Amino acid sequence: MAIEIPVFHVLALAGILFLLGLAGVLVRRNIMFLLMSLEVMMNAAGLAFIAAGARWGEPDGQVMFMLILAVAAAEVAVALGIVVQISRRFDTLDIDAASDLNG
Amino acid sequence: MTVDLVIFWIPALVAIGSTALVVTRKNASRALVYLVVSLLSVAVIFFVLGAPFAAALEVVVYAGAIIVLFLFVVMMLNLGRSSVMRETRWLQPGMWIGPGLLVAILFVAFAYAFAHLGGVDTAGEMIGPRAVGKRLFGPGPYLLAVELAGFLLLAALVGAYHLGRRYLEERREQA
Repeated sequence: MAIEIPVFHVLALAGILFLLGLAGVLVRRNIMFLLMSLEVMMNAAGLAFIAAGARWGEPDGQVMFMLILAVAAAEVAVALGIVVQISRRFDTLDIDAASDLNG
Repeated sequence: MTVDLVIFWIPALVAIGSTALVVTRKNASRALVYLVVSLLSVAVIFFVLGAPFAAALEVVVYAGAIIVLFLFVVMMLNLGRSSVMRETRWLQPGMWIGPGLLVAILFVAFAYAFAHLGGVDTAGEMIGPRAVGKRLFGPGPYLLAVELAGFLLLAALVGAYHLGRRYLEERREQA
């Protein structure tokens, strides 16, 4: 059994988590924290999908959550490779150090 | 009704608190542990909302795989006390004003949009993995999305392998 609560509350929670992640992306300069904030934002988007799926009683919300999960996993794999390269080349995790497009 | 709301808001408040701590921490590994707490409480919310399969995936894939990948990289980069001091230098309290203002404006817009939903309730029924699998792999619009997700993961695998190799660095030294 699951509980019945207003969708408004769940979406408000998803919005708060998303905005916390957005604030992190805007404020942090360390690329590791940037990626963590991105994860928070993706998770909040998944929560919104689950809320929508729970509102209609359909499995589509969970299906979309799984697709978001795949996207998040792919993003993290590539982004962490880039983090390792940045720290090797520039000897820092400051995202501003990698601001020029120079191969 | 009120008991249900309490059951929902306990993990919700834990999620909000731990996420706020993730965003504000200076030590990367501590932030990761708080992120695990946040993801686990969101998994509880999924379960409460009647999505047990999504809750299990949240624990296994997010908290179990993605965060462990983060932890591996944090260990590889060997972030010590000096990185915490650097973080303190980068993270002046005044920097939070502008983004905080923007985020507050966005929150007002969100709240206004959500308030129009009124008192629509969630269906309150459990949707198990069988229904999700049938919708995902059965005849329907999602088969193409599953194929595309497979391609995306393959591309990420190749990209991560390429970025992780050391030869990029060696080529730069030769140049």
